[in-house]
Amino acid sequence: MTPIIAELAYWQETVLRGLVGLVAVLLPTGALVYMFLFKMMSFMQSRLGPMEAGPYGQLQLLAEFGKFLQKEDIFPSKADRFVFAAAPFVVLVSTFLLVLVLPGGPDAHFVDLNTGIYFAMAVSSVSVIGIMMAGWGSNSKYSLLGGIRAAGQLIAYELPLVLSVVGVVIMAGTLNLKGIVLAQSDFGIWFIIPQFLGFLIFLVSIQAELTQPPFDMPVAESELVTGYMTEYSGIRFLLFFIGEFATAAVFSAIGATLFLGGWTIPFVDGSSEIMNWIGPLVLAVKMVLIAFLIFWFRMTYPRFREDQLQRLAWKFLIPLSLLNIVITAIFKVVF
Amino acid sequence: MSTETTTEVDINDIDEVDQLRYVAARAADARVNIELETEGMTLNIGPQHPATHGTLRIVARLDGERVIQAEPIMGYMHRGYEKLTEVRTYPQVTTLINRIDWVGSFANEVPFILASEELMGVEAPPRAQYIRTALFEMGRIANIMLFLGDMPVQLGGVTPLFYAMRDREFVLNQIESATGGRFHPNFNRIGGVKDDLPAGWIKETKSAMQRVRDFCDEMDDLVTGNEIFQSRCRGVGIIPADVGKAYGLSGANLRGSGVDWDLRRDQPSPLAWKDLDWKVWTHPDGDSFSRFWVRLQEVRESSLMVDQILDGLPAGPIMAKVPRIIKVPAGESYVQTENPLGVMGYYVISKGELTPFRVKIRTASFSNMSITPWLLEGVYVPDIATILASLYFILGDIDR
Repeated sequence: MTPIIAELAYWQETVLRGLVGLVAVLLPTGALVYMFLFKMMSFMQSRLGPMEAGPYGQLQLLAEFGKFLQKEDIFPSKADRFVFAAAPFVVLVSTFLLVLVLPGGPDAHFVDLNTGIYFAMAVSSVSVIGIMMAGWGSNSKYSLLGGIRAAGQLIAYELPLVLSVVGVVIMAGTLNLKGIVLAQSDFGIWFIIPQFLGFLIFLVSIQAELTQPPFDMPVAESELVTGYMTEYSGIRFLLFFIGEFATAAVFSAIGATLFLGGWTIPFVDGSSEIMNWIGPLVLAVKMVLIAFLIFWFRMTYPRFREDQLQRLAWKFLIPLSLLNIVITAIFKVVF
Repeated sequence: MSTETTTEVDINDIDEVDQLRYVAARAADARVNIELETEGMTLNIGPQHPATHGTLRIVARLDGERVIQAEPIMGYMHRGYEKLTEVRTYPQVTTLINRIDWVGSFANEVPFILASEELMGVEAPPRAQYIRTALFEMGRIANIMLFLGDMPVQLGGVTPLFYAMRDREFVLNQIESATGGRFHPNFNRIGGVKDDLPAGWIKETKSAMQRVRDFCDEMDDLVTGNEIFQSRCRGVGIIPADVGKAYGLSGANLRGSGVDWDLRRDQPSPLAWKDLDWKVWTHPDGDSFSRFWVRLQEVRESSLMVDQILDGLPAGPIMAKVPRIIKVPAGESYVQTENPLGVMGYYVISKGELTPFRVKIRTASFSNMSITPWLLEGVYVPDIATILASLYFILGDIDR
């Protein structure tokens, strides 16, 4: 924690960390859901979206929360109760673990891991287990199809995701996320410019990791109703929903950290004390920029078929990201 | 399918207790084999399902992601129209039948009215025929614009639907201002049309048609040229021309396979199509993309046709001389027209009374669905949605 805050007892610090962690995940989620799902999607489709709950529909999320709270908790018959109930929590666990390594400022972080980005990539894969648990535990053929498609897709797109990040790591020389951000200040320009190819591959991969259109075969609405989430209702569905948008928020924030310079703004020293307070806000703005791209693609494109999706990952994105690594390495050694 | 875990034994060679044990063991084996059914999964798509445009049920047997066999089960929406027409007088029947293909509005009524006029020996005056043709084409535009917006939704792109709905409103407003109903105009009468056109309608309709053409250009940008849309649709659900003809397909489904057949041009009809300068669009490929493309061109062509009709609208009466109480003389008549969904025909048998004796309704979607088992064999599960969307059926048209 920042040295500005006075010495707290361990339990007090733990509670504060827990609360801040919750806020760090839920606040961007709510903002993204309102801004992009309700409003941007509506404006792109020449309609207004929610306008009733609060001014311009800003309290719609609260209304939805209340709606989900009061719904009946349905267990499908012959569903595996433990697996069915635990699945949304597994997905959320991976999101909260991801947020641990996000740096909001030179000292504003939860944990400063030296293998920051490596930990992030590893932990983001935990959600695959949750989705498969949801697909199997629902005892429904639709959910099973969705879960199996998700397993194939998420595993396939892990590789381009990791490989696109390797280019950034080579340029920064460290796996530590704080180090990567400071390396961008040292380099003089944000990594999105030299690593443009890596950024594109990263964007496509997180679109697939989030099972958003055009990669939403697991949730293919016109065939599988809601895929692996079909049998969930009430709070359990809300947990999946929050998980989807929270993961989008966190992945966008990681993208902003890797490619857009994290908490730094140009002409201001990245490691100065003031950045501890402004940094999170700057990171939030950059996160919104990347999330805008994610949701823009979501609303525009139809979805890929499963085999086309796999072909794109294995035959196109992985060779491209390997090429990116080779070019980055050559430039790093030669120049 | 059953695994041989016990050796073959002649059951009469062993004593009673052992016989029972033997039978129980075989039964237990069989039960396990059925429970573990590993040869394919039977997926029941519908009747309530986002992809099936209504209450259609498809029982698909899957092997992983491939369909081994698919069978459509229709009839969940059967409303008994053919029986209902037997207890309605001829003018009342039109209120009934424009609900068959509920998005094609005006187009449903026309073949029935033409059949009745043929039996009665009346012919509607030219102005009425022109108005009928204009509204017919506008019904086609409204119908196919829904398709153009809905097919991307089946594939996952939710946004074009809203543009289609927004621009379709202009066409529906024009239909409503002339006839009083957006989807169920009930404007045809035996001998002509009910009313003349309101003032200013021609000018407003022309601007609506211009909006339709702008919408078609927007669809070209957003959907037709979209790589993902093309890769989902090209080569999916190919219907060879001879197979299509054998299964009785009609409309854009057949024209998308390269068959140059359109009843508006190839069949003499009292309506105004013969006076217009227009083109029949075909596409040689026969896949889902070509069916989408043909329908897009048809919408554009229809909007140009409406402009021509309104430019050349003759003056005169809109109703021929018909008695107040309509009793159609005895006889049989079959008239089919090129409706938005395909060929729709009415076979009217009259015994000289106030109500028809029997009306047999030949709908396009019912015949279009007949190709589904053949077409869906061996495709991936996502392609089911693509193929059903590209065949474009309306449940009311299938089930009547």
